[in-house]
Amino acid sequence: MTTTTTTSPAPPVALLERFRVPAGFALGAVLLLGVAPLALSDFRLSLLAKYLCYAIVAVGVSLAWGRGGLMVLGQGVFFGLGGYAMAMHLKLADAAATGQTLPDFMQLYGTGDTLPWWWEPFANPAFALAMTVLLPMAVAALLGFFVFQRRVKGAYFAILSQALAAALAIWLVGQQATTGGTNGLTDIQGFFGYSLDDPVNQRMVYFIIAAVLLLLMAAARQLFVSRYGELLIAVRDSEERVRFLGYNPANVKLVAYVIAAGMAGLAGALFVPAVGIISPALIGIVPSIGFVIGAAVGGRASLVGAVLGAIAVAWAQSTLSDAFPAAWTYLQGLLFVVAVGFLPGGLASLGIVLRKRRAGTGTGTRTTGETA
Amino acid sequence: MSGEGLTVRDLRVTFDGFKAVDGVDLDIRPGDLRFLIGPNGAGKTTLVDAVTGLVKSAGSVRFGGEELIGKPVHRIARMGIGRTFQTATVFEELTVLQNLDIAAGAGRGVWTMLRRRKGIPEAVTKALETTGLTELHDRPAGVLAHGQKQWLEIGMLLVQDVKLLLLDEPVAGMSHDEREATGALLQRVSEDHTVVVIEHDMDFMRSFARSVSVLHAGKVLSEGSVAEVQADPRVQEVYLGRASEPEPAPEPAAASVPVAEEA
Repeated sequence: MTTTTTTSPAPPVALLERFRVPAGFALGAVLLLGVAPLALSDFRLSLLAKYLCYAIVAVGVSLAWGRGGLMVLGQGVFFGLGGYAMAMHLKLADAAATGQTLPDFMQLYGTGDTLPWWWEPFANPAFALAMTVLLPMAVAALLGFFVFQRRVKGAYFAILSQALAAALAIWLVGQQATTGGTNGLTDIQGFFGYSLDDPVNQRMVYFIIAAVLLLLMAAARQLFVSRYGELLIAVRDSEERVRFLGYNPANVKLVAYVIAAGMAGLAGALFVPAVGIISPALIGIVPSIGFVIGAAVGGRASLVGAVLGAIAVAWAQSTLSDAFPAAWTYLQGLLFVVAVGFLPGGLASLGIVLRKRRAGTGTGTRTTGETA
Repeated sequence: MSGEGLTVRDLRVTFDGFKAVDGVDLDIRPGDLRFLIGPNGAGKTTLVDAVTGLVKSAGSVRFGGEELIGKPVHRIARMGIGRTFQTATVFEELTVLQNLDIAAGAGRGVWTMLRRRKGIPEAVTKALETTGLTELHDRPAGVLAHGQKQWLEIGMLLVQDVKLLLLDEPVAGMSHDEREATGALLQRVSEDHTVVVIEHDMDFMRSFARSVSVLHAGKVLSEGSVAEVQADPRVQEVYLGRASEPEPAPEPAAASVPVAEEA
């Protein structure tokens, strides 16, 4: 962040510094779009696609929590809204492809033979796609407006977010006839006319997800280095001071919160074709905490740290939860506590912390330093 | 431009029945360098809190013809009233330049906010020079010395384009040299701003005040020039002449060790 101040001719080190970010971005693109599809089997690649969805959520978490100090422990709500919006459209399209008017689960559990009114607009692909992002953003805007205006902060904000995630999951479970209840929306066959059984189309879904992740990282990076990004850090560190400078901190936080919600919604929408299901179990309290653990471990204020952390934790989860199903939840909780309590900058800050300790200048962690 | 005047009428602030500010009237002319003094608990800081919208108050505070009471903090700030706090609150993780740039930017549009800062705004360059922080512009504010943080705060008020500065004990904990430098800075600033300083340090007040208000138990006890206030027997009784001490310093303001780092 300190490289942006002057326009004087750049010395060699600054020149290197200047190309570090584009070079890192290009490396990421080569790895995600070139190496991974060539090196990984269809099965592994589809797993990676799922992890990348979590990484997209982490980009938003990095913005809202890492830079804005908002402990967003309820991203499952927005992930779920995006996921259900997408799944509703895909279920309707599946049904239409076989000449039915109702999705399969409604024929089994439904009370009538007409589609609920709020399902109908989701038959339109453009509407459904727009809703995957706009619906989470609208909910976040409404919630954020009241919460930030009333100056609800810290743990209270986190608990409120958690409660909302729990409420949405419980509500979905109760609406068996219209949402599929506990099962969720499952067995999704097609994706805008392409069969998801075909490995080629699965790879296409992977490429879409990887591209979206890269694009959102670039967008988030721009936000981080912008004046807004600097202001967001100022609000995180001293909200009251910002208010006396003539800003309304509620609005500054609201922007970060709404953008993070939109990213989580998009991630949920992409998760559906990648995994073929969305259900209450994927969006409730436990997954909501899961969404932030990756970012916490990797380094929530560092974009790359948060993304790599999310991928690593998701990978560890699927590997370890198979081997030790009972232990994983505890390990997850432990990871969270250790990361937040002892290494607030995450693994991304480990180098700085160690260097400082060796130099004997204390253990203060910088959370703004590295951005990409 | 010589700042804007502040008119306070019958201002009252009550905390659970305790009258912290009890019917204060103040007239601060444009371009004044007014010192508010008084013993601990006299209501000095609460008065500033009420003017800036931080605490609820009754009565009237008019600034440039507009009533301030009832307005939210950020609106009052945008009208041109800036303040500092007893402990310097700068954004420690941001650089000096970033601190000033944020202070300068409350009116910025969305497009400007979403882009990276290019170069240094003119007001920021000027404030860096006025406060003598030009050399330190790319240092994180957290590593500045105590006095430098206070100057940065004053610089932030300047780029914020305030007309009235309310400074809460700006020289507390400063070394002698830092205090002299701050006094000179305040005189420079008051050439085209109205400045109100809450202070405990009597030497500092005598050297730099243009006018003085003495607060006691939530009321204005005395008002006038430094000489007039010092000659007022009531002031001597409650404050200056207590036990016939010539210079009581309730705050250990003479401490010559600047507090470099606060947790």
